[in-house]
Amino acid sequence: MFSAFFTILRRDLLLAMRRRSDVFTTLFFFVIVVSLFPLGIGPELETLRLIAPGVFWVAALLASMLALEKLFLVDYQDGALEQMLLAPQPLSLLVLGKVAAHWLITGLPLVLLSPLLGLQYDLPGETIGVLLLTLLLGTPALSLIGAIGAALTLGLRGGGVLVSLLVLPLYIPVLIFGAGAVEAEASGLGGIGHLTLLGAIGLAALVAAPLATSAALRVSAE
Amino acid sequence: MSSRILNWFKFSSPASFYPLAGTIGRVSTLIAVALLAVGLYMSFFVAPTDYKQGEGYRIIFIHVPAAWMSMFIYVVMAFWAAMGLVFRTRLSFMMARALAPTGALMTFIALWTGAFWGKPMWGTWWVWDARLTSELILFFLYVGYIALQGAIPDVRRGDRAGAILLLVGVVNIPIIYFSVKWWNTLHQGASVSIREGSSMSAIMLETMLIMTFAFWAYAIAVAMARVRLIILERERETRWVAELPEVKL
Repeated sequence: MFSAFFTILRRDLLLAMRRRSDVFTTLFFFVIVVSLFPLGIGPELETLRLIAPGVFWVAALLASMLALEKLFLVDYQDGALEQMLLAPQPLSLLVLGKVAAHWLITGLPLVLLSPLLGLQYDLPGETIGVLLLTLLLGTPALSLIGAIGAALTLGLRGGGVLVSLLVLPLYIPVLIFGAGAVEAEASGLGGIGHLTLLGAIGLAALVAAPLATSAALRVSAE
Repeated sequence: MSSRILNWFKFSSPASFYPLAGTIGRVSTLIAVALLAVGLYMSFFVAPTDYKQGEGYRIIFIHVPAAWMSMFIYVVMAFWAAMGLVFRTRLSFMMARALAPTGALMTFIALWTGAFWGKPMWGTWWVWDARLTSELILFFLYVGYIALQGAIPDVRRGDRAGAILLLVGVVNIPIIYFSVKWWNTLHQGASVSIREGSSMSAIMLETMLIMTFAFWAYAIAVAMARVRLIILERERETRWVAELPEVKL
């Protein structure tokens, strides 16, 4: 059964590698948004250090959301999605494969680049470590939750804007605990509580989101 | 037992629910008007002045019922969404759709009156208190649902997509609520407590309950009126709609 999961995963990664611009678009969007804040707020390192967790997390949220539109759209347009709906394997497993590939393409590069951007915000080494960890734990949850929104708005006109309206409120817990962990660590309180909750949200999303996404796909693609 | 089930499903057909909705709507309108008159009279003239907050506290009689209704209506919508997905009854989706604008309105009223209450009492229009924030997020959820319904031209797809969104939202509401609560209490205690200094006097509580029932009746009345319109719109090709006296003329 899991071979279906890995097949989808490999297929989507291969497709993404054939068209690399999508990967870079999301990544550079993240970099640009993060770089815009110092320009808007001012270059005082004291302030930047204070707002860094929030800025990084909001930028990650927006970047993750921006990439959602493409998640099912290409498959929907060329008919591959219909085949997935008809496949004997459980749809939620295939969805999980697609989401995993999506995260590897759009989420992971941004997580890996964040320490470098953290240096721009003059964050100390430990805080950068926690930031990396929260993004690593949190961005998969963003992809999972976002997939529901992507499935619901599949093929609609203006779907991209609509997705933000549906998905951003649901992202709030991830934002709170992600940015909260970094903040708590930086202020010496220890971010472990936040991190565990972030992990819990990720696991809950892992269980529930593929089911909701496949239900939404069946509605949207019929 | 079986006859009762039969009865329920009788009214899940739009054609047989349409006249019932009219009756319920009329009765609820009467109840709403009566309770609102009594409630408003009590809240302005009967309920005593608060020893701490003066006359300004009277906005509570709008604020609290609206906030309760805003949360309750979302749960009711999620209930109808679940019914619709399980039993595939078209009417359930229509009910969810009919309730959404009222729910959003209640959330908006709660936020708006809260701001008007907060300014004289706390000295600020808005604080990032857990309750205020989660009410704001609830408003976003309503807006998202309405926007999704508006964006999908196909009725059947719109109904079911909206229902899934409602169920996802209702699962998320506790998570959002607690995350916001911890978010605020983890790094600092709330600078302004939303609770009042004294426990409420009986007459105030009674007034508030009357106002709540008035809001409740209003919500039912408006939802029924809206669901009737939705039924007419969707069933406009059918014979029973063409034979309705209000359609005929």
